[in-house]
Amino acid sequence: MNEILQQYWQAYLWSDGYHLSGVAMTLWLLVASIGIGFVLAVPLAVARVSPNPLIRGPVWFYTYVFRGTPLYIQLLVFYTGIYSIESVRAQPLLDAFFREGINCTLLAFALNTCAYTVEIFAGAIRATPYGEIEAARAYGMSSFTLYRRVILPSALRRALPYYSNEVILMLHSTTLAFTATVPDILKVARDVNSATYASFEAFGIAGALYAVIVFALVWLFRRGEQRWLAFLKPQAH
Amino acid sequence: MLLQGFGPLIASGTWMTIKLALLSMLASVLIGLVGASSKLSGSRLLRGLATGYTTLIRSVPDLVIMLLLFYSLQMLLNQATEWAGVEQIDIDPFLAGVVTLGFIYGAYFTETFRGAFQAVPRGQLEAAVAYGMKPWQVFRRVLFPQMMRFALPGIGNNWQVMIKATALVSIIGLSDIVKATQDAGKSSMQLFYFCVVGGLIYLAITTVSNGALLWLERRYSVGVRKAAL
Repeated sequence: MNEILQQYWQAYLWSDGYHLSGVAMTLWLLVASIGIGFVLAVPLAVARVSPNPLIRGPVWFYTYVFRGTPLYIQLLVFYTGIYSIESVRAQPLLDAFFREGINCTLLAFALNTCAYTVEIFAGAIRATPYGEIEAARAYGMSSFTLYRRVILPSALRRALPYYSNEVILMLHSTTLAFTATVPDILKVARDVNSATYASFEAFGIAGALYAVIVFALVWLFRRGEQRWLAFLKPQAH
Repeated sequence: MLLQGFGPLIASGTWMTIKLALLSMLASVLIGLVGASSKLSGSRLLRGLATGYTTLIRSVPDLVIMLLLFYSLQMLLNQATEWAGVEQIDIDPFLAGVVTLGFIYGAYFTETFRGAFQAVPRGQLEAAVAYGMKPWQVFRRVLFPQMMRFALPGIGNNWQVMIKATALVSIIGLSDIVKATQDAGKSSMQLFYFCVVGGLIYLAITTVSNGALLWLERRYSVGVRKAAL
């Protein structure tokens, strides 16, 4: 155990000597995919609740497909599937993008978490009390102002507990990155396992690192809920 | 044809996935019932054990637990067989998949069932005890049927997540949908097409189970009055 830690602690935490690896890589995967997913999910959630079926339909289809299939299959489609098509490799730009495992991984992760986030946000938007929307309309707000000032600030806050769940599930999903040769925590653990045959220690260290990250995330989200959801707390008299 | 002769391979992979999902579901529901009962029991030891189990499993990614159990169990087994002087036994990936998925999702089911048990009104249980029912009869006749109604949405959610988690078992060597479609794609040089086929099979499974869950939810809420809005 001690020897493994002495020899590999740097690889587990941030670098295998050449690239970012371990915890740093996992956190980068998490932050990048959650960030892209969030930015795309807000407008898509607004489109998801649109009364126009031509706007609502395609977004429904997107979330249906991405929530109905395993992330592993999606990653395989982007990583091995798309790159096996002749015409993709013939295009220099696409070729350069899909050749790198990390690009495919980020694309698959971001699209996957975005699909779940869209449904979470859309649910929160639908649950907005109708009185607030009618009052805003009565003030003469345009649809854009209505979303910006009334619906989104309250819906995103109310979605926070469900969103924190999604972020933690996304952290769990980043473990798939090693199948696309991205050196995240689990990839380091697998390398240590094949170099030392100390399976329990190798994967145990990885598990402990993930648990620490989860506890940190839970703590962060609890702080966030205290700050942004204070108005929903049970009233003290 | 459409599947270029890989039909039987993919069909057997699909059957493998469904078998794996159903058996792990059974295992995790049983573990979940035991876990929820221990969480609600009077014994501090049982409560502590169950809380430790759910906290640990839900904070460590399923793939890490899967690889940890798969490799370390094999090593333990090797040591045991070596010590006993018998031939090495290789853990069957199917069995390993059922055990690990059951163990992991048992933690999620524990939380689902705990919430559902607590949602059954206390008075009902007290009335059952007052009628002279034994603890097992209270569970079977009063607690379980009503608990199921509250637990169904959670069960449905866990089932959908678990179906998708079975795709991970191909990483420890099981010939499921992912493995079958990857093999077909590699030997026909049409990886993209067969990846999409694999995705469509999962989509079909999740769509069918969604329908089944809706039907079950309607069935278990027969006789529940809803206020008209």
